[in-house]
Amino acid sequence: MTVQTTPTEAAIATMSKRQRRPGRRRPQGGLAIRPPIWFVLPAVLLYLAVVVTPNLQGVLFSFTDWDGFTKGFSFVGLQNYSSVMADDNATRAITNTFVLTLVVAIGQNILGLLLALGVNTQIKSRYLLRLVFFLPVVLTPIVAGYLWKYLLTPGGTLNTVLASLGLGSLQQDWLGNPDLVLYSVCAAIIWQGAGFSMVIYLAGLQAVPAEALEAAAIDGAGPIRRTWSITLPLINGAIVVNLLLAVLGSLKQFDTVFSMTGGGPAGASETMATIVYKTAFLYLQYPNALAQAVILTIVVGVIGFFQYRLTQRKALA
Amino acid sequence: MNRYTRRTFALEAILIAVAAVFMVPLYVLVAVALRDPDSTAGFLGFTWPLRFENLATAWTESAMGPSLLNSVIITTVSVVLVIVVASTASYTITRRTQRWSRGVFYLFLTGFLFPGQLALLPLYLMFSQLGLVGNPLSVILIYVAGHMPFAIFLYCAFLRDLPRDYEEAATLDGARPLRTFRSIVFPLIRPVTGTVAILTALAVWNDFLNPLLYLTGGSSRTAPLSVYTFVGEYSANWPLVFSALITSVIPILIAYVFMQRFIMRGFATGLKG
Repeated sequence: MTVQTTPTEAAIATMSKRQRRPGRRRPQGGLAIRPPIWFVLPAVLLYLAVVVTPNLQGVLFSFTDWDGFTKGFSFVGLQNYSSVMADDNATRAITNTFVLTLVVAIGQNILGLLLALGVNTQIKSRYLLRLVFFLPVVLTPIVAGYLWKYLLTPGGTLNTVLASLGLGSLQQDWLGNPDLVLYSVCAAIIWQGAGFSMVIYLAGLQAVPAEALEAAAIDGAGPIRRTWSITLPLINGAIVVNLLLAVLGSLKQFDTVFSMTGGGPAGASETMATIVYKTAFLYLQYPNALAQAVILTIVVGVIGFFQYRLTQRKALA
Repeated sequence: MNRYTRRTFALEAILIAVAAVFMVPLYVLVAVALRDPDSTAGFLGFTWPLRFENLATAWTESAMGPSLLNSVIITTVSVVLVIVVASTASYTITRRTQRWSRGVFYLFLTGFLFPGQLALLPLYLMFSQLGLVGNPLSVILIYVAGHMPFAIFLYCAFLRDLPRDYEEAATLDGARPLRTFRSIVFPLIRPVTGTVAILTALAVWNDFLNPLLYLTGGSSRTAPLSVYTFVGEYSANWPLVFSALITSVIPILIAYVFMQRFIMRGFATGLKG
Protein backbone atom coordinates (compact mmCIF):
# COMPACT_ATOMS: atom_id res chain seq x y z
CA MET A 1 0.00 0.00 0.00
CA THR A 2 1.54 3.29 -1.00
CA VAL A 3 0.53 6.91 -0.98
CA GLN A 4 -1.65 6.57 -4.08
CA THR A 5 -4.36 4.64 -2.29
CA THR A 6 -6.71 6.61 -0.14
CA PRO A 7 -6.70 5.92 3.59
CA THR A 8 -10.11 4.22 3.63
CA GLU A 9 -9.20 1.91 0.77
CA ALA A 10 -6.05 0.93 2.56
CA ALA A 11 -7.88 0.28 5.77
CA ILE A 12 -10.58 -1.78 4.04
CA ALA A 13 -7.96 -3.72 2.11
CA THR A 14 -6.00 -4.62 5.23
CA MET A 15 -9.13 -5.41 7.18
CA SER A 16 -10.51 -7.77 4.58
CA LYS A 17 -7.15 -9.45 4.19
CA ARG A 18 -6.97 -9.85 7.91
CA GLN A 19 -10.41 -11.42 8.04
CA ARG A 20 -9.68 -13.83 5.25
CA ARG A 21 -6.61 -15.20 6.93
CA PRO A 22 -7.02 -14.99 10.63
CA GLY A 23 -4.04 -15.88 12.71
CA ARG A 24 -1.60 -15.65 9.85
CA ARG A 25 1.30 -13.27 9.67
CA ARG A 26 0.59 -9.91 8.23
CA PRO A 27 0.01 -10.05 4.46
CA GLN A 28 2.66 -8.43 2.30
CA GLY A 29 2.08 -4.95 0.90
CA GLY A 30 0.06 -3.53 3.78
CA LEU A 31 0.70 -0.13 5.19
CA ALA A 32 4.18 -0.30 6.59
CA ILE A 33 4.55 0.20 10.31
CA ARG A 34 8.21 0.71 10.86
CA PRO A 35 9.06 1.57 14.42
CA PRO A 36 12.51 3.13 14.71
CA ILE A 37 15.46 0.81 15.25
CA TRP A 38 16.72 2.93 18.13
CA PHE A 39 13.77 1.59 20.14
CA VAL A 40 15.64 -1.69 20.60
CA LEU A 41 19.04 -0.15 21.28
CA PRO A 42 18.71 0.56 25.03
CA ALA A 43 17.45 -2.96 25.69
CA VAL A 44 20.07 -4.65 23.50
CA LEU A 45 23.03 -2.61 24.76
CA LEU A 46 22.09 -3.02 28.39
CA TYR A 47 21.48 -6.73 27.94
CA LEU A 48 24.78 -7.25 26.12
CA ALA A 49 26.72 -5.30 28.75
CA VAL A 50 25.14 -6.63 31.93
CA VAL A 51 24.03 -10.15 30.97
CA VAL A 52 25.79 -11.51 27.89
CA THR A 53 29.32 -10.13 28.39
CA PRO A 54 29.78 -11.18 32.04
CA ASN A 55 28.40 -14.64 31.30
CA LEU A 56 30.80 -15.13 28.40
CA GLN A 57 33.66 -13.77 30.51
CA GLY A 58 32.68 -16.21 33.21
CA VAL A 59 32.86 -19.17 30.83
CA LEU A 60 36.17 -17.98 29.41
CA PHE A 61 37.86 -17.32 32.75
CA SER A 62 36.69 -20.64 34.17
CA PHE A 63 39.38 -22.22 31.96
CA THR A 64 42.15 -19.91 33.24
CA ASP A 65 44.04 -19.08 36.41
CA TRP A 66 42.70 -15.50 36.33
CA ASP A 67 42.77 -13.81 39.72
CA GLY A 68 40.53 -10.85 38.93
CA PHE A 69 43.12 -8.17 39.62
CA THR A 70 46.12 -8.60 37.39
CA LYS A 71 45.69 -8.35 33.65
CA GLY A 72 47.57 -11.52 32.80
CA PHE A 73 46.17 -15.02 32.89
CA SER A 74 46.94 -18.31 31.25
CA PHE A 75 44.72 -21.15 30.18
CA VAL A 76 44.80 -24.16 32.45
CA GLY A 77 42.30 -26.33 30.61
CA LEU A 78 39.91 -28.23 32.82
CA GLN A 79 42.04 -27.91 35.94
CA ASN A 80 39.48 -25.73 37.77
CA TYR A 81 36.75 -28.20 36.97
CA SER A 82 38.74 -31.16 38.25
CA SER A 83 39.56 -29.31 41.47
CA VAL A 84 35.84 -28.53 41.93
CA MET A 85 34.97 -32.16 41.39
CA ALA A 86 37.67 -33.22 43.86
CA ASP A 87 36.22 -30.88 46.49
CA ASP A 88 33.83 -32.81 48.74
CA ASN A 89 32.02 -29.67 49.75
CA ALA A 90 31.30 -28.82 46.12
CA THR A 91 30.16 -32.30 45.12
CA ARG A 92 27.93 -32.47 48.17
CA ALA A 93 26.43 -29.10 47.20
CA ILE A 94 25.64 -30.51 43.77
CA THR A 95 23.92 -33.57 45.24
CA ASN A 96 22.11 -31.38 47.77
CA THR A 97 20.84 -29.15 45.00
CA PHE A 98 19.37 -32.11 43.14
CA VAL A 99 17.76 -33.54 46.28
CA LEU A 100 16.34 -30.15 47.22
CA THR A 101 15.03 -29.59 43.69
CA LEU A 102 13.36 -32.99 43.59
CA VAL A 103 11.73 -32.67 47.02
CA VAL A 104 10.59 -29.08 46.48
CA ALA A 105 9.29 -29.62 42.95
CA ILE A 106 7.23 -32.65 43.98
CA GLY A 107 6.12 -31.35 47.39
CA GLN A 108 5.21 -27.89 46.22
CA ASN A 109 3.26 -29.21 43.25
CA ILE A 110 1.28 -31.81 45.16
CA LEU A 111 0.41 -29.34 47.90
CA GLY A 112 -0.33 -26.56 45.41
CA LEU A 113 -2.57 -28.85 43.36
CA LEU A 114 -4.49 -30.07 46.41
CA LEU A 115 -4.99 -26.50 47.61
CA ALA A 116 -6.13 -25.41 44.16
CA LEU A 117 -8.62 -28.31 43.93
CA GLY A 118 -9.83 -27.41 47.41
CA VAL A 119 -10.42 -23.71 46.85
CA ASN A 120 -11.83 -24.25 43.36
CA THR A 121 -15.08 -25.55 44.88
CA GLN A 122 -18.24 -24.08 46.31
CA ILE A 123 -16.83 -23.55 49.80
CA LYS A 124 -17.75 -20.19 51.27
CA SER A 125 -14.31 -19.14 52.43
CA ARG A 126 -12.60 -19.83 49.09
CA TYR A 127 -11.49 -16.25 48.41
CA LEU A 128 -10.17 -15.76 51.93
CA LEU A 129 -8.36 -19.10 51.77
CA ARG A 130 -6.69 -18.16 48.48
CA LEU A 131 -5.49 -14.97 50.14
CA VAL A 132 -4.05 -16.96 53.05
CA PHE A 133 -2.34 -19.64 50.97
CA PHE A 134 -0.81 -17.10 48.61
CA LEU A 135 0.45 -14.75 51.31
CA PRO A 136 3.82 -16.50 51.88
CA VAL A 137 4.61 -16.05 48.17
CA VAL A 138 4.97 -12.30 48.52
CA LEU A 139 7.02 -12.54 51.70
CA THR A 140 10.71 -11.69 51.34
CA PRO A 141 12.52 -15.08 51.15
CA ILE A 142 15.18 -14.19 53.71
CA VAL A 143 12.47 -13.07 56.12
CA ALA A 144 10.76 -16.43 55.66
CA GLY A 145 14.13 -18.10 56.19
CA TYR A 146 14.75 -16.40 59.55
CA LEU A 147 11.19 -17.11 60.60
CA TRP A 148 11.58 -20.82 59.89
CA LYS A 149 14.96 -20.86 61.56
CA TYR A 150 13.21 -19.82 64.76
CA LEU A 151 10.40 -22.37 64.30
CA LEU A 152 12.93 -25.18 63.94
CA THR A 153 15.56 -24.30 66.55
CA PRO A 154 15.93 -26.98 69.27
CA GLY A 155 13.81 -25.00 71.74
CA GLY A 156 11.67 -23.55 68.97
CA THR A 157 8.01 -23.65 68.08
CA LEU A 158 7.88 -27.06 66.41
CA ASN A 159 9.58 -28.92 69.26
CA THR A 160 7.46 -27.09 71.85
CA VAL A 161 4.30 -28.03 70.00
CA LEU A 162 5.42 -31.64 69.72
CA ALA A 163 6.14 -31.77 73.45
CA SER A 164 2.79 -30.28 74.38
CA LEU A 165 1.03 -32.83 72.17
CA GLY A 166 2.81 -35.62 74.03
CA LEU A 167 4.95 -36.38 71.01
CA GLY A 168 8.20 -35.38 72.67
CA SER A 169 9.89 -38.45 71.19
CA LEU A 170 9.57 -36.89 67.75
CA GLN A 171 11.58 -33.83 68.76
CA GLN A 172 14.61 -33.28 66.59
CA ASP A 173 17.39 -30.79 66.16
CA TRP A 174 15.85 -29.95 62.79
CA LEU A 175 18.61 -27.61 61.64
CA GLY A 176 21.53 -29.13 63.54
CA ASN A 177 21.19 -32.70 62.33
CA PRO A 178 23.11 -33.06 59.04
CA ASP A 179 20.72 -35.76 57.85
CA LEU A 180 17.63 -33.63 58.44
CA VAL A 181 18.68 -30.07 57.72
CA LEU A 182 18.16 -30.20 53.96
CA TYR A 183 14.59 -31.44 54.36
CA SER A 184 13.88 -28.76 56.95
CA VAL A 185 14.96 -26.16 54.39
CA CYS A 186 12.73 -27.86 51.81
CA ALA A 187 9.75 -27.53 54.16
CA ALA A 188 10.26 -23.77 54.42
CA ILE A 189 10.60 -23.44 50.64
CA ILE A 190 7.48 -25.52 50.02
CA TRP A 191 5.53 -23.42 52.52
CA GLN A 192 6.54 -20.32 50.61
CA GLY A 193 5.93 -21.72 47.14
CA ALA A 194 2.75 -23.79 47.50
CA GLY A 195 0.47 -20.78 47.02
CA PHE A 196 2.33 -19.88 43.87
CA SER A 197 1.71 -23.33 42.38
CA MET A 198 -1.88 -23.09 43.57
CA VAL A 199 -2.53 -19.90 41.61
CA ILE A 200 -1.19 -21.40 38.39
CA TYR A 201 -3.24 -24.57 38.92
CA LEU A 202 -6.32 -22.46 39.62
CA ALA A 203 -5.91 -20.72 36.29
CA GLY A 204 -5.76 -24.17 34.67
CA LEU A 205 -8.71 -25.52 36.64
CA GLN A 206 -10.91 -22.62 35.66
CA ALA A 207 -10.48 -23.62 32.02
CA VAL A 208 -11.77 -27.16 32.67
CA PRO A 209 -15.30 -27.34 31.22
CA ALA A 210 -17.95 -28.10 33.83
CA GLU A 211 -19.86 -30.22 31.29
CA ALA A 212 -17.08 -32.80 31.16
CA LEU A 213 -17.14 -33.19 34.93
CA GLU A 214 -20.94 -33.34 35.04
CA ALA A 215 -21.01 -35.97 32.31
CA ALA A 216 -18.55 -38.07 34.26
CA ALA A 217 -20.59 -37.62 37.44
CA ILE A 218 -23.72 -38.82 35.65
CA ASP A 219 -21.76 -41.83 34.42
CA GLY A 220 -21.08 -42.63 38.06
CA ALA A 221 -17.52 -41.40 38.55
CA GLY A 222 -16.77 -40.28 42.10
CA PRO A 223 -14.86 -37.11 42.96
CA ILE A 224 -11.46 -38.79 43.05
CA ARG A 225 -12.04 -40.60 39.77
CA ARG A 226 -13.27 -37.37 38.17
CA THR A 227 -10.17 -35.50 39.31
CA TRP A 228 -7.81 -38.24 38.19
CA SER A 229 -9.34 -39.04 34.80
CA ILE A 230 -10.84 -35.72 33.69
CA THR A 231 -9.29 -32.79 35.53
CA LEU A 232 -5.64 -33.83 35.63
CA PRO A 233 -5.32 -34.63 31.91
CA LEU A 234 -7.00 -31.31 31.10
CA ILE A 235 -4.60 -29.26 33.21
CA ASN A 236 -1.36 -30.98 32.25
CA GLY A 237 -0.20 -27.70 30.69
CA ALA A 238 -0.34 -26.12 34.13
CA ILE A 239 1.45 -29.13 35.64
CA VAL A 240 4.36 -28.82 33.22
CA VAL A 241 4.65 -25.04 33.72
CA ASN A 242 4.54 -25.45 37.48
CA LEU A 243 7.22 -28.14 37.44
CA LEU A 244 9.41 -26.02 35.17
CA LEU A 245 9.19 -22.98 37.43
CA ALA A 246 9.70 -24.98 40.64
CA VAL A 247 12.70 -26.86 39.22
CA LEU A 248 14.42 -23.77 37.81
CA GLY A 249 13.79 -21.81 41.00
CA SER A 250 15.09 -24.61 43.24
CA LEU A 251 18.25 -25.20 41.23
CA LYS A 252 19.18 -21.55 41.86
CA GLN A 253 18.05 -21.60 45.50
CA PHE A 254 20.07 -19.17 47.58
CA ASP A 255 18.10 -16.87 49.90
CA THR A 256 16.25 -19.38 52.08
CA VAL A 257 19.29 -21.62 52.57
CA PHE A 258 21.54 -18.66 53.29
CA SER A 259 19.27 -17.18 55.94
CA MET A 260 18.11 -20.45 57.52
CA THR A 261 21.35 -22.40 57.82
CA GLY A 262 24.08 -20.53 55.98
CA GLY A 263 24.81 -23.89 54.34
CA GLY A 264 25.56 -25.60 57.64
CA PRO A 265 26.00 -27.56 59.74
CA ALA A 266 29.39 -28.32 58.20
CA GLY A 267 28.13 -27.88 54.64
CA ALA A 268 25.20 -30.30 55.05
CA SER A 269 22.71 -27.90 53.45
CA GLU A 270 25.02 -26.14 51.00
CA THR A 271 23.56 -25.64 47.49
CA MET A 272 25.31 -24.79 44.25
CA ALA A 273 24.25 -21.15 44.50
CA THR A 274 25.58 -20.77 48.04
CA ILE A 275 28.95 -22.36 47.29
CA VAL A 276 29.39 -20.17 44.20
CA TYR A 277 28.84 -17.14 46.42
CA LYS A 278 31.16 -18.38 49.15
CA THR A 279 33.93 -19.54 46.85
CA ALA A 280 33.92 -16.22 45.05
CA PHE A 281 33.29 -13.67 47.76
CA LEU A 282 34.48 -15.30 50.98
CA TYR A 283 37.32 -17.58 49.84
CA LEU A 284 38.19 -15.41 46.81
CA GLN A 285 38.94 -18.48 44.66
CA TYR A 286 37.70 -16.89 41.48
CA PRO A 287 38.46 -19.57 38.87
CA ASN A 288 36.92 -22.30 41.03
CA ALA A 289 33.81 -20.21 41.65
CA LEU A 290 33.47 -19.69 37.91
CA ALA A 291 33.84 -23.40 37.22
CA GLN A 292 31.11 -24.13 39.79
CA ALA A 293 28.92 -21.48 38.19
CA VAL A 294 29.46 -22.97 34.73
CA ILE A 295 28.36 -26.37 36.05
CA LEU A 296 25.26 -24.79 37.57
CA THR A 297 24.53 -22.96 34.32
CA ILE A 298 24.84 -26.14 32.29
CA VAL A 299 22.49 -28.00 34.64
CA VAL A 300 19.92 -25.18 34.56
CA GLY A 301 20.29 -24.73 30.82
CA VAL A 302 19.89 -28.41 29.92
CA ILE A 303 16.97 -29.07 32.27
CA GLY A 304 15.30 -25.79 31.37
CA PHE A 305 15.66 -26.45 27.66
CA PHE A 306 14.10 -29.91 27.81
CA GLN A 307 11.29 -28.78 30.04
CA TYR A 308 10.64 -25.83 27.76
CA ARG A 309 10.41 -28.17 24.77
CA LEU A 310 7.92 -30.21 26.78
CA THR A 311 5.76 -27.12 27.43
CA GLN A 312 5.79 -26.29 23.74
CA ARG A 313 4.59 -29.79 22.86
CA LYS A 314 1.91 -29.67 25.53
CA ALA A 315 0.80 -26.27 24.28
CA LEU A 316 0.31 -27.69 20.78
CA ALA A 317 -1.48 -30.82 21.93
CA MET B 1 -22.91 -30.54 41.77
CA ASN B 2 -23.05 -26.92 42.70
CA ARG B 3 -24.97 -27.30 45.93
CA TYR B 4 -23.43 -26.78 49.34
CA THR B 5 -23.58 -30.29 50.76
CA ARG B 6 -22.32 -31.89 53.93
CA ARG B 7 -19.29 -33.00 51.98
CA THR B 8 -18.57 -29.39 50.97
CA PHE B 9 -18.76 -28.43 54.61
CA ALA B 10 -16.27 -31.15 55.56
CA LEU B 11 -13.92 -29.93 52.84
CA GLU B 12 -14.30 -26.38 54.06
CA ALA B 13 -13.45 -27.41 57.61
CA ILE B 14 -10.34 -29.29 56.46
CA LEU B 15 -9.13 -26.38 54.36
CA ILE B 16 -9.63 -23.90 57.16
CA ALA B 17 -7.57 -26.17 59.41
CA VAL B 18 -4.83 -26.30 56.76
CA ALA B 19 -4.97 -22.51 56.46
CA ALA B 20 -4.57 -22.20 60.22
CA VAL B 21 -1.44 -24.34 60.06
CA PHE B 22 -0.22 -22.20 57.16
CA MET B 23 -0.58 -19.12 59.27
CA VAL B 24 1.32 -20.51 62.29
CA PRO B 25 4.67 -19.06 61.16
CA LEU B 26 3.11 -15.62 60.78
CA TYR B 27 1.37 -15.93 64.14
CA VAL B 28 4.72 -16.78 65.72
CA LEU B 29 6.29 -13.82 63.92
CA VAL B 30 3.87 -11.42 65.59
CA ALA B 31 3.84 -13.20 68.97
CA VAL B 32 7.61 -13.26 69.34
CA ALA B 33 8.07 -9.72 68.03
CA LEU B 34 5.84 -8.32 70.76
CA ARG B 35 7.31 -10.41 73.57
CA ASP B 36 9.26 -9.24 76.56
CA PRO B 37 12.89 -9.94 75.55
CA ASP B 38 13.81 -11.09 79.07
CA SER B 39 10.89 -13.43 79.59
CA THR B 40 11.24 -17.16 79.25
CA ALA B 41 7.63 -17.62 78.20
CA GLY B 42 6.55 -20.54 76.07
CA PHE B 43 7.48 -20.32 72.47
CA LEU B 44 3.97 -20.12 71.13
CA GLY B 45 2.42 -17.62 73.44
CA PHE B 46 2.32 -13.90 73.73
CA THR B 47 3.58 -12.26 76.91
CA TRP B 48 1.51 -9.51 78.43
CA PRO B 49 1.61 -6.61 78.21
CA LEU B 50 2.53 -6.57 74.53
CA ARG B 51 5.85 -4.87 73.95
CA PHE B 52 5.14 -2.56 71.03
CA GLU B 53 8.33 -0.71 71.90
CA ASN B 54 10.24 -3.68 70.39
CA LEU B 55 8.99 -2.53 67.00
CA ALA B 56 10.14 1.02 67.67
CA THR B 57 13.56 -0.13 68.91
CA ALA B 58 14.08 -2.40 65.93
CA TRP B 59 12.92 0.33 63.59
CA THR B 60 15.51 2.83 64.81
CA GLU B 61 18.35 0.36 65.51
CA SER B 62 18.14 -1.23 62.07
CA ALA B 63 17.65 2.13 60.30
CA MET B 64 14.65 0.51 58.63
CA GLY B 65 13.06 3.81 57.62
CA PRO B 66 15.83 4.88 55.24
CA SER B 67 16.16 1.28 54.02
CA LEU B 68 12.49 1.08 53.11
CA LEU B 69 12.82 4.38 51.29
CA ASN B 70 15.81 3.00 49.38
CA SER B 71 13.84 -0.12 48.53
CA VAL B 72 10.94 1.97 47.27
CA ILE B 73 13.22 4.12 45.11
CA ILE B 74 15.20 1.21 43.68
CA THR B 75 12.04 -0.80 43.00
CA THR B 76 10.21 2.10 41.36
CA VAL B 77 13.10 3.12 39.15
CA SER B 78 13.76 -0.48 38.09
CA VAL B 79 10.10 -1.20 37.27
CA VAL B 80 9.69 2.00 35.24
CA LEU B 81 12.89 1.34 33.31
CA VAL B 82 11.98 -2.31 32.63
CA ILE B 83 8.60 -1.24 31.25
CA VAL B 84 9.92 1.60 29.08
CA VAL B 85 12.92 -0.27 27.71
CA ALA B 86 11.20 -3.61 27.16
CA SER B 87 7.95 -2.30 25.66
CA THR B 88 9.67 -0.07 23.10
CA ALA B 89 12.11 -2.82 22.15
CA SER B 90 9.31 -5.38 21.81
CA TYR B 91 7.35 -2.99 19.60
CA THR B 92 10.18 -2.71 17.13
CA ILE B 93 10.98 -6.43 17.35
CA THR B 94 7.44 -7.49 16.51
CA ARG B 95 6.64 -4.84 13.90
CA ARG B 96 9.88 -5.12 11.97
CA THR B 97 9.76 -8.46 10.25
CA GLN B 98 13.31 -8.68 8.98
CA ARG B 99 15.53 -11.53 9.99
CA TRP B 100 17.51 -9.45 12.51
CA SER B 101 14.42 -8.74 14.56
CA ARG B 102 13.87 -12.48 15.10
CA GLY B 103 17.55 -12.77 15.95
CA VAL B 104 17.23 -10.05 18.59
CA PHE B 105 14.19 -11.81 20.02
CA TYR B 106 16.08 -15.09 20.36
CA LEU B 107 19.06 -13.26 21.84
CA PHE B 108 16.82 -12.15 24.68
CA LEU B 109 15.30 -15.63 25.04
CA THR B 110 18.74 -17.11 25.77
CA GLY B 111 18.61 -15.09 28.98
CA PHE B 112 16.20 -17.65 30.44
CA LEU B 113 19.00 -20.19 30.43
CA PHE B 114 21.47 -18.14 32.50
CA PRO B 115 20.89 -18.62 36.21
CA GLY B 116 22.77 -15.43 37.09
CA GLN B 117 25.47 -17.08 39.19
CA LEU B 118 27.88 -17.21 36.28
CA ALA B 119 27.75 -13.48 35.66
CA LEU B 120 27.98 -12.64 39.36
CA LEU B 121 31.73 -12.42 39.67
CA PRO B 122 32.72 -10.87 36.31
CA LEU B 123 29.94 -8.32 36.76
CA TYR B 124 31.06 -7.49 40.28
CA LEU B 125 34.62 -6.89 39.15
CA MET B 126 33.42 -4.81 36.19
CA PHE B 127 31.20 -2.66 38.42
CA SER B 128 33.92 -2.20 41.00
CA GLN B 129 36.27 -1.00 38.26
CA LEU B 130 33.59 1.48 37.21
CA GLY B 131 33.24 2.61 40.83
CA LEU B 132 29.61 1.53 41.00
CA VAL B 133 29.86 -0.61 44.14
CA GLY B 134 27.83 1.05 46.87
CA ASN B 135 25.82 2.95 44.27
CA PRO B 136 22.17 1.89 43.83
CA LEU B 137 22.65 2.33 40.09
CA SER B 138 24.56 -0.97 40.08
CA VAL B 139 21.63 -3.06 41.29
CA ILE B 140 19.17 -1.10 39.14
CA LEU B 141 21.19 -1.88 36.01
CA ILE B 142 21.28 -5.56 37.00
CA TYR B 143 17.53 -5.68 37.64
CA VAL B 144 16.62 -3.95 34.41
CA ALA B 145 18.92 -6.08 32.28
CA GLY B 146 18.01 -9.24 34.17
CA HIS B 147 14.28 -8.74 33.62
CA MET B 148 14.62 -8.03 29.91
CA PRO B 149 14.14 -11.65 28.70
CA PHE B 150 10.94 -12.19 30.62
CA ALA B 151 9.45 -8.72 29.93
CA ILE B 152 10.30 -8.83 26.23
CA PHE B 153 8.92 -12.36 25.95
CA LEU B 154 5.58 -11.27 27.44
CA TYR B 155 5.35 -8.03 25.49
CA CYS B 156 6.23 -9.71 22.18
CA ALA B 157 3.68 -12.49 22.69
CA PHE B 158 0.97 -9.88 23.30
CA LEU B 159 2.03 -7.50 20.53
CA ARG B 160 2.06 -10.27 17.90
CA ASP B 161 -1.64 -10.86 18.44
CA LEU B 162 -2.53 -7.18 18.65
CA PRO B 163 -4.35 -5.92 15.53
CA ARG B 164 -2.39 -3.26 13.69
CA ASP B 165 -5.38 -1.29 12.49
CA TYR B 166 -5.10 1.41 15.14
CA GLU B 167 -1.43 1.92 14.47
CA GLU B 168 -2.13 2.13 10.74
CA ALA B 169 -4.86 4.68 11.32
CA ALA B 170 -2.54 6.77 13.47
CA THR B 171 0.21 6.53 10.88
CA LEU B 172 -2.19 7.62 8.16
CA ASP B 173 -3.20 10.55 10.31
CA GLY B 174 0.43 11.56 10.30
CA ALA B 175 1.56 10.38 13.70
CA ARG B 176 5.26 9.68 13.95
CA PRO B 177 6.36 6.29 15.35
CA LEU B 178 7.11 7.66 18.81
CA ARG B 179 3.72 9.34 18.98
CA THR B 180 1.98 6.20 17.69
CA PHE B 181 3.67 4.15 20.32
CA ARG B 182 2.93 6.52 23.17
CA SER B 183 -0.69 7.30 22.34
CA ILE B 184 -1.89 4.10 20.66
CA VAL B 185 0.25 1.05 21.35
CA PHE B 186 1.31 1.62 24.94
CA PRO B 187 -2.28 2.04 26.23
CA LEU B 188 -3.32 -1.11 24.34
CA ILE B 189 -0.64 -3.28 25.95
CA ARG B 190 -1.54 -2.17 29.46
CA PRO B 191 -2.47 -5.70 30.66
CA VAL B 192 1.09 -6.90 30.02
CA THR B 193 2.49 -3.76 31.61
CA GLY B 194 0.53 -4.57 34.76
CA THR B 195 1.84 -8.12 34.88
CA VAL B 196 5.43 -7.04 34.24
CA ALA B 197 5.17 -4.30 36.86
CA ILE B 198 3.86 -6.62 39.58
CA LEU B 199 6.30 -9.47 38.97
CA THR B 200 9.30 -7.15 38.58
CA ALA B 201 8.40 -5.10 41.65
CA LEU B 202 8.11 -8.16 43.88
CA ALA B 203 11.30 -9.74 42.58
CA VAL B 204 13.26 -6.50 43.02
CA TRP B 205 11.85 -5.70 46.43
CA ASN B 206 12.55 -9.18 47.77
CA ASP B 207 15.98 -9.63 46.17
CA PHE B 208 18.77 -10.16 48.63
CA LEU B 209 21.90 -11.37 46.84
CA ASN B 210 22.54 -8.29 44.70
CA PRO B 211 22.12 -5.77 47.53
CA LEU B 212 24.33 -8.03 49.66
CA LEU B 213 27.11 -7.75 47.09
CA TYR B 214 26.74 -4.16 46.00
CA LEU B 215 25.16 -2.19 48.83
CA THR B 216 26.58 -3.75 52.01
CA GLY B 217 27.92 -1.15 54.40
CA GLY B 218 26.85 1.75 52.23
CA SER B 219 24.15 4.30 52.89
CA SER B 220 21.74 2.82 50.35
CA ARG B 221 20.86 -0.47 51.97
CA THR B 222 17.58 -2.08 50.96
CA ALA B 223 15.09 -3.53 53.44
CA PRO B 224 16.17 -7.20 53.07
CA LEU B 225 19.81 -6.20 53.45
CA SER B 226 19.05 -4.23 56.62
CA VAL B 227 17.25 -7.29 57.98
CA TYR B 228 20.34 -9.36 57.30
CA THR B 229 22.67 -6.84 58.95
CA PHE B 230 20.37 -6.49 61.94
CA VAL B 231 20.12 -10.26 62.42
CA GLY B 232 23.89 -10.40 62.40
CA GLU B 233 24.08 -7.88 65.25
CA TYR B 234 21.18 -9.06 67.40
CA SER B 235 21.08 -12.77 66.57
CA ALA B 236 20.28 -13.82 70.15
CA ASN B 237 17.49 -11.32 70.64
CA TRP B 238 14.59 -12.93 68.78
CA PRO B 239 11.95 -10.35 69.79
CA LEU B 240 14.00 -7.54 68.30
CA VAL B 241 14.93 -9.59 65.24
CA PHE B 242 11.30 -10.44 64.60
CA SER B 243 10.29 -6.82 65.08
CA ALA B 244 12.79 -5.89 62.38
CA LEU B 245 11.38 -8.64 60.12
CA ILE B 246 7.88 -7.24 60.58
CA THR B 247 8.84 -3.65 59.84
CA SER B 248 10.67 -4.77 56.69
CA VAL B 249 7.69 -6.63 55.22
CA ILE B 250 4.88 -4.27 56.22
CA PRO B 251 4.89 -2.40 52.90
CA ILE B 252 4.51 -5.60 50.85
CA LEU B 253 1.82 -6.94 53.15
CA ILE B 254 -0.18 -3.72 52.80
CA ALA B 255 0.29 -3.78 49.04
CA TYR B 256 -0.76 -7.43 49.01
CA VAL B 257 -3.96 -6.86 50.93
CA PHE B 258 -5.03 -4.06 48.63
CA MET B 259 -3.86 -5.53 45.34
CA GLN B 260 -4.15 -9.28 45.92
CA ARG B 261 -6.44 -9.85 42.95
CA PHE B 262 -4.07 -8.10 40.57
CA ILE B 263 -1.06 -9.79 42.08
CA MET B 264 -2.50 -13.29 41.77
CA ARG B 265 -3.72 -12.59 38.25
CA GLY B 266 -0.30 -11.22 37.40
CA PHE B 267 1.35 -14.42 38.54
CA ALA B 268 -1.17 -16.62 36.77
CA THR B 269 -0.99 -14.84 33.42
CA GLY B 270 2.67 -13.89 33.48
CA LEU B 271 4.13 -17.24 34.35
CA LYS B 272 1.99 -19.43 32.17
CA GLY B 273 3.67 -17.94 29.09
